[in-house]
Formats: sequence, structure tokens, C-alpha cells
Amino acid sequence: MKYLDEFQDPELARRLFDDIRATVTRPWALMEVCGGQTHSIIRHGIDQLLPEEIELIHGPGCPVCVTPLEMIDKALEIASRPGVIFCSFGDMLRVPGTGRDLFTVRGEGGDVRVVYSPLDALRIARENPDKQVVFFGIGFETTAPPNAMTVYQARRLGIRNFSLLVSHVRVPPAIEGLMTSPDCRVQAFLAAGHVCSVMGTEEYPQLAERFRVPIVVTGFEPLDILEGVRRAVRQLERGEHRVENAYPRAVRPEGNPAARRMLADVFEVTDRAWRGIGTIPASGWRLSEAYREFDAEQRFEVGDLTTVEPAACRSGDVLQGLLKPHECEAFGTVCTPRTPLGATMVSSEGACAAYYLYRRLAGAPTPVEVAPVG
Amino acid sequence: MGHGGGGTLSSELVEHVFAPAFGSPELSGFPDSAVLRLGGARLAFSTDSFVVRPLFFPGGSIGDLAVNGTVNDLAMSGAVPAFLSCAFLLEEGVELETVARVAEAIGAAARAAGVRVATGDTKVVESGHGDGVYVNTAGIGLVPDGVDIRPDRAVPGDVVIVSGPIGLHGVAVMSVREGLEFGVRIESDCAPLGGLVAAMLAVTPDLHVLRDPTRGGVAAALNEIAASSSVGVLLQERALPVPPEVANACALLGLDPLYVANEGKLVAFVPREHADAVLAAMLAHPLGAGARIIGECVDAHPGMVVARTAFGATRVVDRPLGEQLPRIC
Repeated sequence: MKYLDEFQDPELARRLFDDIRATVTRPWALMEVCGGQTHSIIRHGIDQLLPEEIELIHGPGCPVCVTPLEMIDKALEIASRPGVIFCSFGDMLRVPGTGRDLFTVRGEGGDVRVVYSPLDALRIARENPDKQVVFFGIGFETTAPPNAMTVYQARRLGIRNFSLLVSHVRVPPAIEGLMTSPDCRVQAFLAAGHVCSVMGTEEYPQLAERFRVPIVVTGFEPLDILEGVRRAVRQLERGEHRVENAYPRAVRPEGNPAARRMLADVFEVTDRAWRGIGTIPASGWRLSEAYREFDAEQRFEVGDLTTVEPAACRSGDVLQGLLKPHECEAFGTVCTPRTPLGATMVSSEGACAAYYLYRRLAGAPTPVEVAPVG
Repeated sequence: MGHGGGGTLSSELVEHVFAPAFGSPELSGFPDSAVLRLGGARLAFSTDSFVVRPLFFPGGSIGDLAVNGTVNDLAMSGAVPAFLSCAFLLEEGVELETVARVAEAIGAAARAAGVRVATGDTKVVESGHGDGVYVNTAGIGLVPDGVDIRPDRAVPGDVVIVSGPIGLHGVAVMSVREGLEFGVRIESDCAPLGGLVAAMLAVTPDLHVLRDPTRGGVAAALNEIAASSSVGVLLQERALPVPPEVANACALLGLDPLYVANEGKLVAFVPREHADAVLAAMLAHPLGAGARIIGECVDAHPGMVVARTAFGATRVVDRPLGEQLPRIC
């Protein structure tokens, strides 16, 4: 855990900004895929300081935001049942389902617990053999392997009172979905480094070639993102469209083979609905046939539950880069972190939350002019 | 739970439910402690309840918190803390040895803070209705003549100082509560601040605002002051004293150190002409050895806190809504 100060150094940042300014000659639209990158960009004000030719479009890579409403409602339904301990990462608890969230269920007496690792949920299952323990398994390729490991361990240890509510999603089909949309303006991608640290970069060259877009694998610290922008702009200016790894300290081309093996063993690819976007073919994982007995949807018979997304929320447009959060009529008025219409306003990686938290001056996304301290 | 997190929800509960029901003028402005005229003296009066899991954590315990929390609330009015009350809410079945350890910690912390526990109370609730031990303390202290420290006294031009590294208490408690290993031992900064405040007041009685940034962290404290005084606060992000171990732990969990609780720190709003001397006095005190100027009060954006980022951009530092939630990945 060093790599923090080194990748927030203002002098190195200035050089990268200068390099980007010297390189860019015309407008380019770059999408950062991951919500963690979006928050870093907005929090550090990187978008304010880039040349105006460069537009950063915020992508769909917030796992909380894209978890479909009906999956949240399934979680609420299961968590409300007596005899259930429902375990989740913290940032799912405020995500609105139809009419309520997991915090509400806890307030109503449901046993909803925040855990920091899915293995904690397995421990809770061992300690509570008379209860059914469910873990809310959401997220991209980053969180899927540890969740797969948990199910693997549950079987190995003979823990039968544990199950997984699975809503995992995959990045490459989402990129494909974005690029085939007629509204798409994205000319280059900053790919999410932590996803590639698991899956490697093998899935990306075909996407770069097919859609003729540069894809630069990028980390999450400010200098990581600036380096990603620099490389993407350089490719765009030269008319190139390659995959580049600007995050070599974490990403190898082959990814993490052990994690990939675990994924392949426990999960299988499936079509998956993305909140606000719709169903994307082959964009998700579900438990494979061999592990289906650990599927909470089956165990609690909530597979038939369907819901309708409220029309007022335009988070789907935000997630596809078609709308900036502050351009939404509901932003900061009827939609706030306290009264969210969609998950993008409450997730710690949500684009709407980033704009609300860091840019909420007179409702404008522009920086305020203030004199420096003494 | 969000209503106890020290953020917007907590403030609203007090402002919209408790204060109107009580109707006391002393509650105006919601200072850390009320300053009451009694005879010829000005007394600071404060109370706080302590609910922490686990009861003992690196660098302190619920007993230390119960003393220092109330002592510090008194000190934030410039008062010299004098007496405490101490009430225990015990859960049926809690080990007597545990209660004794908490009591010992309270005694030791009171002696260290220079206050005496003058009265108390004990109640026992049924098993399953508490977390072992809850403690409530109330305290009184004397406010010296000429001292007038309130959250609504900040004015543009004031310099904002923090007394040392931030985020230690919250991360220390989280590390043991959740069994997280951060590679280094992080200890709570829990400490009584009366002596540090006295050292600052010895330089000038004209300190405008003091606040101990406990729940909700520095961000909540600064937002409360900005709102109470109708001033803007401009922070310099590079100046914030965030220890590397706190920065790393927060990066891992997706938390912002500005929102993490402290139990032995204060933020001070000081007239610019006194800022250097006050800072020097803080640096000379053991509990202010890491003091830093972190920003200033400005006319722009009244009621809001804005940070200048390391690269020269700006961002809003919002009030936390409730508790921070660790992110998923």
C-alpha cells in the first residue's frame, strides 16, 4: 500500500497536462468505463484542467448502479423473511428498490449485515446454522472471483445454509453494446484497471479492432488517469486504435489465472439486465449447473419477481454517456442522495453522486473562482 | 442508524425534532456545549452518550471516549473542564470484569484531563437490548472572562487550523471492529484537549470558533461552522494532515479521511493576525505537535466548504448525509 502519493504528485500531473495540451489538435470524446475512475476525475478536478477539446464521458462501470431494480427487489424480499441473515457490501444498502432499500428492511427488523468480504458471510453462516445466510453477489470481474470462491468454499466445507444472490456483470459485452448504439459518441476507452488485473487484456484487441477505438487500461489515481488520457489522445491524433496497458503495476496480459479458473468453475456466462440500460447479451454470470444449489433466487423462489423502473430516472442515459448528471432535470432537486431516483445518486461510484458531492455549487459543474490561501 | 452518524440526518433530528420541543434559547446555534450565566460565573455545560463496538480498541476504550468526549465539548467553548457525571447502561450478562475495566479507564482518563466524576447512575437492561456497556457523561466547566468561542463567530479572513493528523480514531476502531488488517497498527487519537485550548487562549482570548471533529470528521465540523456563521470555507487539500496509514486504509475501503471520526483533534478558526502565534503555541503543545493551517474563511460560497485540489481545481466538501459506507470494489 504505497503508490498513493506517487500517483497524486502535482508536478508530475502538470507535466502530463502539458503533454496532453501539446498533443491535442481537435475535439475527442473519451469514456472512462469505471465509476471509480469517474469519482477520481471529479474529486480531483481532472476534467476541469484538461484542454477543452477533451470530453470525458462517464461510463457504465459502477457495479451498484447497474444492478437491475428487480434484483434489488429480490434482495429486499429475501432480506425481509424471518430466519434470514442478509449480507451485503455497504454501498448496496442505500440503493433504492421499489419503494424502499435494505436500510429500510433493517429498520423494520430484518437482519441485514454489512460485510467487508463474502467470506465473512460464510463465517456468519457457520456461526448461525439455524439461519439461512445470503450474500448479495454483485459487481464486475473484480468482485466475481471472491464470490465464486465463497461458493466453492461453502461446498467444500459442507455449509448448506449459505446462498448467493448473483447479479454479476462483464465489461467487454457492455463496451460492445455501447459501441453498437447509434447514439454512441465514444472515440476511445479508458478501461478499468482492476477488471483487467483479473481478466487480463485478451478480450480487448478484437473490440479495439472491430470498432476502431483505442483502449487504454488505466488505474484509479489521478496520474494513472492522466497517463491513460495522454496515451488515448496520442493514438487518436495518430489515427491508431490499439490496446495499451497504462497500469502495468497491476495488470498482466493474462490477468490472474487462478481467479479466472475459479470463475470458469463456479459461474457460467448468461444474458444480464443492466439497470437503466436493458438486457445485454452474454454480459453477466450466473452460478453454473454444478453450483446451482447455492443460488438464492432458486432457494427463496423469487425468480419470477419482476418490476418496472420509474420513468423519471435517466440514470440509464448517464450510464451510457448520453447525459451528464447535472443535465438531468431531476438532478439536485427531486433526486438527491437522500431521495435518490436511481442508484447513480447513491452509489459511491455513481456519476450522479460524484457530481452532487463535488460539483454542487449553484447547480453548475464549473469550478468556483477562489483566491488561494495566503 | 444514519441519524446517529453526525451528518446532515443527525443535525436535522436535533434542529427539527429536539430543539423545537425543548424551546431553550441556550440551544441556539448548537454549540458543542451550552454557556450559561450562573451568578457571576459563566459555566459551560455539555453531555454526550457513548456507544462503541468493541469496547476496547487500539489507543483507547469506551471509558476514555466517555471522559474525553465531554471534556472536549466543554473545551470547545474555551471552558476549563471541572466536573463530570457518569451514567452506565449495562446489558444483562456483561462480565463484571469488563465493567470494572471501563470504570478504571474512566477514572484514569478523568485524572489525566483534570476533572472529577462527581455523580453518576447505573441501569441494567435485558440481555439482547444493549451492546454490553453504554456510557453517558455530562460535564461542567468554567469559561474564563473575555473568552467567547461559538460556531457562529467565524468571519471571512479567519485562518483554519487543525491540531494534528486526522482520521486515526475512526480507522483504528474500524480495524478492530471489522477485523481488517492494514499492515500497520493504527491507534485512536483519543485525548483531552483542555490543555491545548488553554495554551491557545494564553496567546489570545480572541479565538472565534473551536470544534472537535468527531463523528462526521473534519468535513462535518467545517460544514457546521460554515452554516452557523454563513461564511465560505476554502480548504487546501495538500495541507490536510492525513497520515499515510489512514490514507491507505481509506483508499482500500473507499472512504474519505475528511469524513472519518477523530477523538483528540480540534479545528480552530482564528483571526488572521493571531494565526501564526496560535499555531506556534499549538505546535509547542504535545497534542498540537502536528498542527497545520488547512484553509481560510472566504466571502464566496457562504455556508459551503470547498477544497482546492492538489492540481489546482476545486471541489465541494459536502456534509455527510449519514455514515460513510465502504464501497464494493
